[in-house]
Amino acid sequence: MIERHTLSVLVEDKPGVLARVSGLFSRRGFNIESLAVGPTEHSEISRMTIVVTVDDLPLEQVTKQLNKLVHVIKIVELDANASVQRQLLLVKVRADATVRSQVLEVIELFRARAVDVTPEAVTIEATGTVEKIGALLRNLEPFGIREMVQSGTIAVGRGPRSITATTGRA
Amino acid sequence: MTTATPRPGPVPGPSGPKPAPPPGRPGHQTGGSRTEGSAHQAQPGRRFDAVPMTGAQSLVRSLEEVGCEVVFGIPGGTILPAYDPLLDSTRVRHVLVRHEQGAGHAATGYAQATGEVGVCMATSGPGATNLVTPIADAYMDSVPIVAITGQQSRPLIGTDAFQEADITGITMPVTKHNTLVTDATEIPRAIVEAFHLASTGRPGPVLVDIPKDVLQEQTTFTWPPEMKLPGYRPTTRPHGKQIREAARLISAAHRPVLYVGGGVLKAEASDQLRELAELTGIPVVTTLMARGAFPDSHPQHLGMPGMHGTVAAVAAMQKSDLLIALGARFDDRVTGVLASFAPTAKVVHADIDPAEISKNRRADVPIVGDCKEVIVELLDAVRTERAERGQADLAAWWAQLDELRGTFPLGYTWPPDGSLSPQYVIERIGAIAGPDAVYTAGVGQHQMWAAQFIGYEKPRTWLNSGGLGTMGYAVPAAMGAKMGRPDAVVWAIDGDGCFQMTNQELATCAIEGIPIKVAIINNGNLGMVRQWQQLFYGERYSNTDLGTHKHRIPDFKLLAEAMGCVGLRAESRDDVDRVIKQAMEIDDQPVVIDFVVGPDAQVWPMVAAGTGNDEIMAARNIRPLFDGDELVAGVDEIAAVTAEINEESAQ
Repeated sequence: MIERHTLSVLVEDKPGVLARVSGLFSRRGFNIESLAVGPTEHSEISRMTIVVTVDDLPLEQVTKQLNKLVHVIKIVELDANASVQRQLLLVKVRADATVRSQVLEVIELFRARAVDVTPEAVTIEATGTVEKIGALLRNLEPFGIREMVQSGTIAVGRGPRSITATTGRA
Repeated sequence: MTTATPRPGPVPGPSGPKPAPPPGRPGHQTGGSRTEGSAHQAQPGRRFDAVPMTGAQSLVRSLEEVGCEVVFGIPGGTILPAYDPLLDSTRVRHVLVRHEQGAGHAATGYAQATGEVGVCMATSGPGATNLVTPIADAYMDSVPIVAITGQQSRPLIGTDAFQEADITGITMPVTKHNTLVTDATEIPRAIVEAFHLASTGRPGPVLVDIPKDVLQEQTTFTWPPEMKLPGYRPTTRPHGKQIREAARLISAAHRPVLYVGGGVLKAEASDQLRELAELTGIPVVTTLMARGAFPDSHPQHLGMPGMHGTVAAVAAMQKSDLLIALGARFDDRVTGVLASFAPTAKVVHADIDPAEISKNRRADVPIVGDCKEVIVELLDAVRTERAERGQADLAAWWAQLDELRGTFPLGYTWPPDGSLSPQYVIERIGAIAGPDAVYTAGVGQHQMWAAQFIGYEKPRTWLNSGGLGTMGYAVPAAMGAKMGRPDAVVWAIDGDGCFQMTNQELATCAIEGIPIKVAIINNGNLGMVRQWQQLFYGERYSNTDLGTHKHRIPDFKLLAEAMGCVGLRAESRDDVDRVIKQAMEIDDQPVVIDFVVGPDAQVWPMVAAGTGNDEIMAARNIRPLFDGDELVAGVDEIAAVTAEINEESAQ
């Protein structure tokens, strides 16, 4: 079944590691929905959170191929129900005096924040799951979206256990 | 680009021409150290603590300490600093090739013939990009080679400097790993890691790119360096439970086939394979990459499977109830259309690369491990299983297979126009040079005939470009093989098309004293393409006539002589044995034989591209496998055992 999968990938923080990972996805014919890279609690290790929409079988293949990259230390698939997954959204919405209060109401409902206000537009910051961000955008769309920036999803497993370079890999 | 000479670049360096290499014969290469096994591991006892030297000296010292005996390469601007200490090295011999592609394939030939890591070296830019084809070739065939390339100095990287190419970026998809060294103190570690990565797990090419200023800077040499590869942990020991499940299926199967790939050769597991085959009585097929892993003369050997495999080998897989794949990867040239490949077979798939398992064909019993360890454990498990439950009777299976191989043996007919038969030439070379010789091939008809009509009895005697299908592989690979195994007779079976891609290395062979033998199967055409045009394009021969017959351009005999080789020619059946024997008697010079053969001979059997293996043609318009039902007995039984195993696994 085609599903969205979130892979948490620990990699050595080496030049070119992002190119190795993204290149592998493209040459093996996999589409990356989102990819976020950042440092971890360990200075030599970075974490990539990769969201892909694939069948189970190709997912297994791409995971195995990823594991073969020498700079990839560990891959864990994070189940949506057993992890916290967040995206960051910055969106500039047309909002003159006539509709500004309605826009602010939507912001309030989604627990988002207005981070910049001009007479013509409001810039909104929101974090949440892909679904929540999607719903917010649908509600803002009627006002007119001037510009939109979204980060890739980042995710962490729920509970006390953590993914580190030394514990078992997925 | 303003300069007329692409390389070496206008760079300062040791002036004057490099002194000619000593006219040493490769005989002085003992090759003995390869028996020490993992020579890339720092040899115990040799320790160096912060010895001051340049990066270039550190590179050459690292190559020496890691056990590298031969480097194939060409100097140029950015790699120049490394060539200076190389001149003084008594432990590393450098072979000056004529084109970097030759260096790469020579490294591959060396590695395939010896099991050791092959090494090639080139300068930045065009030198490095010329290595891309042999690197991709080694990647597809899992051959351990290390490529060392010069790179522009660090401050110039990214500025489109002269002879700058992002070779780590370019080779990312075709190397097992690659690295750009940015600090001279890292050179020993980069080299040790490169050799380790290339030769362990699933072998493959590793590229080390070193900027010129890193080679020039003063540094210190500390040995042995510590490897830092936290993400690299290949699995070599198979899982016991999966071995037991495999043994159970092996003992229960009525129509099993041992589907043997190149991994068995890489794991040096030929003896163990033979033991397993003889213990179980199961028929064996060896893929193009595994020719020699199991003796061709063995009665259980059905030959090569795949597009140009034997009818018996292809049929055995199609009718099988259990494929035991050992170090093979279900390549499309073996399976034909995947959906109709071995439709009734369960699959036990053992490979050191987990990504190969269930990539193309789902494995019922996946086994990740080194083929030798897998087979050794399988032997034990099968013995136990047989003692407890016995083994299925294979008599009916063998009766069918024997009938098939009796009815459709490999064969060929002489061309009706009276021209020389290419298959005959190759068959005679195999018969006269014998099973101790090493054979390399290019890609095309001559390659398939060399796979079919030479009897391989020993591992590492058949070297070819299987995965990438690189025309031009034969001559440089033979050169590398001869460097690695100087006491062996090395024959390059080449086509007239392939030969014209890389024959410049004959000059290298002549000057460096590498007496290989080259048989050009000269049919005047790009033969395999012509065969497809004949079969599938209505005999419209677009751009396949090379003129090597019509115009005798080039005249291969004269070309050979111009390159410092002995040039011979054979044009009739009577010439063949005589010139082969003449070539066998020459051991101080490379020999090239122009075998002028007919243009219309075809490679059979054939599973046409895009068709299923059941549609194999034994010869033109002869299709042996029509039946479908009388061979399916036993399938229910193996399915029941598999279900039982799955049930037990689930509990």
